Amino acid sequence: MSQEIINADVKGAQSNTIKCLNISEKKVGLFVTCLVNTMRPSVGFASLKLLEEAGCTVEVPEQQSCCGQPAFNSGDDEGTRQIAYQTIKQFENFDYVVVPSGSCAAMIKKNFIEVFKDQPEWLARAQHLADITHELLSFLVDVCEFESSGIELEGSYTYHDSCSGYRTLHVYEQPRKMLANVKGLEHNPLNGHSECCGFGGTFCVKYSDISNEIVAEKTENILATEADYLLGGDMGCLMNMAGKLNREGHKEIKALHTAEVLAGLAPQILGDENASK
Amino acid sequence: MQANKPENFYQNVKDALAQPDLKMIIRRTTDKAEAKRAEAIANFPGFENARKQGQKVKDHTIKYMDHYLAEFEKNALAQGTIIHWASTAEEASKIVLDICRQHEAKKVTRSKSMLGEEIGLSHALDNSGIERVETDLAEHIIQLAGDPPSHIVWPAMHRSREDVIKLFREYHKDPTYSEEIIDLVRSARRDLRTKFLTADIGISGSNFLLADSGSSCTVTNEGNAELTITPPKVHIVTAGIEKLVPSMAHAVPLLRLLTRSATGGEITQYITFHNGPKRQNDADGPEECHIVLVDNGRTKMLADGMEEMLRCIRCGACMNHCVVYKHIGGHAYGSVYPGPMGSVLTPHLNSLEVANKQTHACTLNGRCEEVCPVNIPLPKLLRSLRAQSWDKKYEPLTNRFVVKAFAALAKRPKLFQLVSSCGVIFMRLCSRQGWIKSMPLAGGWTRNRDLIEPESKTFMQQYKAMKKAKSDGA
Repeated sequence: MSQEIINADVKGAQSNTIKCLNISEKKVGLFVTCLVNTMRPSVGFASLKLLEEAGCTVEVPEQQSCCGQPAFNSGDDEGTRQIAYQTIKQFENFDYVVVPSGSCAAMIKKNFIEVFKDQPEWLARAQHLADITHELLSFLVDVCEFESSGIELEGSYTYHDSCSGYRTLHVYEQPRKMLANVKGLEHNPLNGHSECCGFGGTFCVKYSDISNEIVAEKTENILATEADYLLGGDMGCLMNMAGKLNREGHKEIKALHTAEVLAGLAPQILGDENASK
Repeated sequence: MQANKPENFYQNVKDALAQPDLKMIIRRTTDKAEAKRAEAIANFPGFENARKQGQKVKDHTIKYMDHYLAEFEKNALAQGTIIHWASTAEEASKIVLDICRQHEAKKVTRSKSMLGEEIGLSHALDNSGIERVETDLAEHIIQLAGDPPSHIVWPAMHRSREDVIKLFREYHKDPTYSEEIIDLVRSARRDLRTKFLTADIGISGSNFLLADSGSSCTVTNEGNAELTITPPKVHIVTAGIEKLVPSMAHAVPLLRLLTRSATGGEITQYITFHNGPKRQNDADGPEECHIVLVDNGRTKMLADGMEEMLRCIRCGACMNHCVVYKHIGGHAYGSVYPGPMGSVLTPHLNSLEVANKQTHACTLNGRCEEVCPVNIPLPKLLRSLRAQSWDKKYEPLTNRFVVKAFAALAKRPKLFQLVSSCGVIFMRLCSRQGWIKSMPLAGGWTRNRDLIEPESKTFMQQYKAMKKAKSDGA
């Protein structure tokens, strides 16, 4: 299929023609997110690897910081705008922007436009960025039609659907579909899979004790699955649940970002973790 | 039980979390409500359509509120109803008390009304020495216990069966010694029946006000609204102006949504449309009928861009599905309206200054919006209240400082990256065996959970090194 036809088709009916889209011609900007940058770089490298395997040309702009959720959710609209200005400038010229987090992707896709209501020029630029931004797993499955194969991981996993990814961006099938292709990995469904884990960004420190009650219920459900791995698509939620599990002394279950498993990095990460103990 | 104050939210939360059985008691009701609602909606293929229709009806009526209020007044007057307008809670309450005094009422019966609670009618009646009889079973229980309501549909959900048995034995004239629910209900019925028949005035709320007929609709399962309204000589309705709908046909999709969202029922036992005082050939009914139309912050909500909240039909689904409500219960919010809808309403009924903490007690997980029968974007509204609160500087100084410092860093990516890499070094210094158990400035996190140890370098440091190695190699 030639490039011109694809482009013409994309303008008409995206959902069908996107399947044939030759992604290798497209430039992807990876928005790493601050939690991945500081707490879990391997998720960033896993994302990079997966996107390259899917045929994308990936660039990671070095001038990136945070999506602005802490400011936005605290009600600081001006602070959010200040952060958003530079995110928009850094990323608006890519064909696609990909984020390994449902909540940061949702922030860019849905909330930037909220704070630029009174600034038409920036509103248009924010809207454009929103249109090209995707959560990692949904980008790989829906846009790239990526099918993983050749990855192996022995054991069982349970999956927590983070709220923004699940409710705002409707990410549900995509991770499950991709994980089904990992050889040796079984799915033990989580009771209350889409119920909030109590993280909520600043909520978990502002209302630490309420958050604790919520995550305690979550970990109870997680342990009941008897899975070896707890997987999810958002570092915040994973850190919250893993941190609670560890505080309660449950070392039998390991929390991993879905991208880490799909990129085949899990054995290496688990090995490193064991080595540091 | 003394009513909590909204401004003491932090303390209220602490007290709630310290009650060992509270969570279990709440879950008993909300889990069942969640399951029954899900089942009712699965059995109602028209739900999404009804939802759109319901939202449209509400939005339309709110947009043309002035027109429909005038129409309602005209048609209600034509039925012989007396219309009163109240702009504040105090005014509304005073209007009701004045009517009671005019008729020298000694005893009034009330059917459950959240608006009645909102305008402080219970206290006003108690303080004026008029005997107040709550006729809804749950309201009856909390009246005996002296509690404020903890849920807008099940106001006594915080009370256990054991509590009810004790209360009924202590207060009922002819109490039961059985512990069976049916016998307890009979005991309440014996106690209430004579009061229904001897009340001087009956006071009710309204689920819908129909503009084209001037009627008021009540929805109950116990028939207590009918018994409150029919026998006494005088009937008073107190209703918020947002209860208006153009006609009965417009109320129908909302009724379908209301019962399914609230209790999971397809319909309630009683849905009654009350049309003014008794007419010449009517066998019974009140001789005088008053409707008090209450604003109490509603028109201000319209002006403040909060019109979506005026769609609310008070089904309680948002609180039944709220992870925060399920752990702290209704009383902690310190308001008549708890949970997500309450956290949006209370700042308007009271003030944002006293009720801003509740707007932050939410993880913005979106479950409430997902189940709302009229698509109220509750997380968006809560967030916009946080923005108002931020602009008015109601947030604690330390919170403001932390958020501002973070934003100042995040808008300077180079500095942000530098601070991030320093942060990693600092965190690793606090870490033992892969985990951080406690760390300065991270008490909010580490009080209840551990923090995973970060890798030795940030992603960006590693990525840059990788790129450099590649280009050096090439």
